[in-house]
Amino acid sequence: MTMIAQTGAAPRLQTSLSVIILGATLAALATAPMWAGRAELRLLMEALSYLALAQMWNLLAGYTGLVSVGQQAFVGLGGYMFFGLAIFGGMGVLPALGLAAVGTAIIAIPTGWLAFRLNGAYFAIGTWVIAEVFRLGMAQVGSLGGGSGISLPVDVARSLADGRAEREMAMYYIAFAIGVASVALVWGLLRSRWGLAMTAIRDSELAAETVGVSTRRLKFMIYVLTAGFTALAGGFLFLQKLRITPDAAFSVNDWTAFVIFIVVIGGIGTIEGPIIGTVLFFALRQVAADWGTWYLMLMGVIAISVMLVDKRGIWGRIESLTGWHLLPVKRTLD
Amino acid sequence: MVWINSIVQGVMLGGLYALFAAGLSLMFGVMRFVNIAHGDFIVVGAYLILTFVVSWGLSPVLGVGMVLVLLAVAGYMNQRLLLNRVLGKDILPPILVTFGMSIIIQNGLLEVFSADSQKLQTGWLETTSVQLGDQFAVGLLPFLMFMTAVAVIGLLQFVFYKTPLGRMLRATSDDPEIVPLMGGNNAHTFALATGLASLVVGVAGIWLAMKTNFDPAAGPARLLFAFEAVIIGGLGNIWGTLLGGIILGVAQTVGAQVDAGYQILAGHLAFLLVLVIRPTGLFPKVSH
Repeated sequence: MTMIAQTGAAPRLQTSLSVIILGATLAALATAPMWAGRAELRLLMEALSYLALAQMWNLLAGYTGLVSVGQQAFVGLGGYMFFGLAIFGGMGVLPALGLAAVGTAIIAIPTGWLAFRLNGAYFAIGTWVIAEVFRLGMAQVGSLGGGSGISLPVDVARSLADGRAEREMAMYYIAFAIGVASVALVWGLLRSRWGLAMTAIRDSELAAETVGVSTRRLKFMIYVLTAGFTALAGGFLFLQKLRITPDAAFSVNDWTAFVIFIVVIGGIGTIEGPIIGTVLFFALRQVAADWGTWYLMLMGVIAISVMLVDKRGIWGRIESLTGWHLLPVKRTLD
Repeated sequence: MVWINSIVQGVMLGGLYALFAAGLSLMFGVMRFVNIAHGDFIVVGAYLILTFVVSWGLSPVLGVGMVLVLLAVAGYMNQRLLLNRVLGKDILPPILVTFGMSIIIQNGLLEVFSADSQKLQTGWLETTSVQLGDQFAVGLLPFLMFMTAVAVIGLLQFVFYKTPLGRMLRATSDDPEIVPLMGGNNAHTFALATGLASLVVGVAGIWLAMKTNFDPAAGPARLLFAFEAVIIGGLGNIWGTLLGGIILGVAQTVGAQVDAGYQILAGHLAFLLVLVIRPTGLFPKVSH
């Protein structure tokens, strides 16, 4: 009898190699506060937040074909909602972050309803317009500082833990949880029946619809889910910065362009791609930190080259050459 | 009177937005392709005219001619050598490649021209006004800008429906798989479409330089205005794009009349309102 098995017969060597790599990476990240200095810890926090942003954009664009150039809307909303809840709601850091994510997901329902009226490339620019509306609108909200922004009171950060070292450790573990959870969420989702439907949409939307996948509903669900998780990362990023302004919160370069570059260079439509992309992006940034605008131009050139040479990106290329899946989600017939 | 004035200003501004939008609309119409770097190419046009006329001191006529030729040739080459290679059913590669171009252009302009805001001074053009009726006058510059938009759109309409090039463009738009069987060369036709669109981008850039302040990061906002004008007017309808531009322009100037902070926001909200009421635009010709 033919059965659809989850992973098929991956060579045993590759499987054990995957387990070793994943285990070692997780162990290294989990113990980072013990071996990393303050600067490295901050870099890791940022990288883990970007990993979450990249996983979410990849889930949206790589699997459901919704190419959004407006994810900065949700980073910004998450940041502002977190600040609002912490400052005016008097909430602790963790509940405020969680509620900001849920609140943003709720706002994503009407914005998604609007954006879904546009197709393909027009959807992309439509999401950008919506993000601009939030940026310009937020600049008009006086209680959140208007155009010049607002700072997070010291008490809020202090409420995390006593002492500076403990606070930084607490912050780091929030970032660690967000980064790891984003990978786990996408992995779990792709191995569920939703994942089967999404993979079908990725491969051929028309065919998916013919075999009974309700593509529109699924896409909408993913759009709302990624909005919420993007907001969670956004809330954390601005907790780390301690200050938020409309231009920083809704920056298309910081929260969408870089994220797209990360996903495309690493490999779109794979879970491993955003991980590789994040590592490369931050490694390159460390090297090229003082190149200024040249660094950004280099990123653009690399992204264009990937599209011209092999649009599957680095991981897509490795996968097709070796058949290796670090985090297997493929279903094969045995 | 203040309101009538801001509406008239908005109509003139709408001409500029229609110029922004015409190139975008043309490329989408022929290739189903949205150029994310569209606004950045407009800004390149603005910097070129500034360089030719102000820095090099060339005569304005020569400067305008050079900008148009340069952009048209660059557009043709860009499509032929680069963009054609990523066209296809998958919408992601063209979006990503033009997104990458947008970042490269913005940072390249920043490197060459610095972040300072620029404007092309036009002397008497700016201070002269045109009397419309007894108690009404508009500036000569906005008036000429609006008339340029009408002329460009009329010309595009003519090229599209009355010339062999237009026939080729329409045929390729209708069925890009059949045209090569009839001896057409899609790669060349697509490149001609982008060349023509880039010519209009040049015109738009020159007017941008004369009408408003601009800086290296001004591109994305122009892309959004162009896009909104296209969607408000309705896809595939080139006169609709002019009307879309006008609606956007009027929404912005009326918004600015209420509060300076609302100018851009009011334009975006007008666009979203149209999206709610008529997702296919106000004057659609084809639906996608």
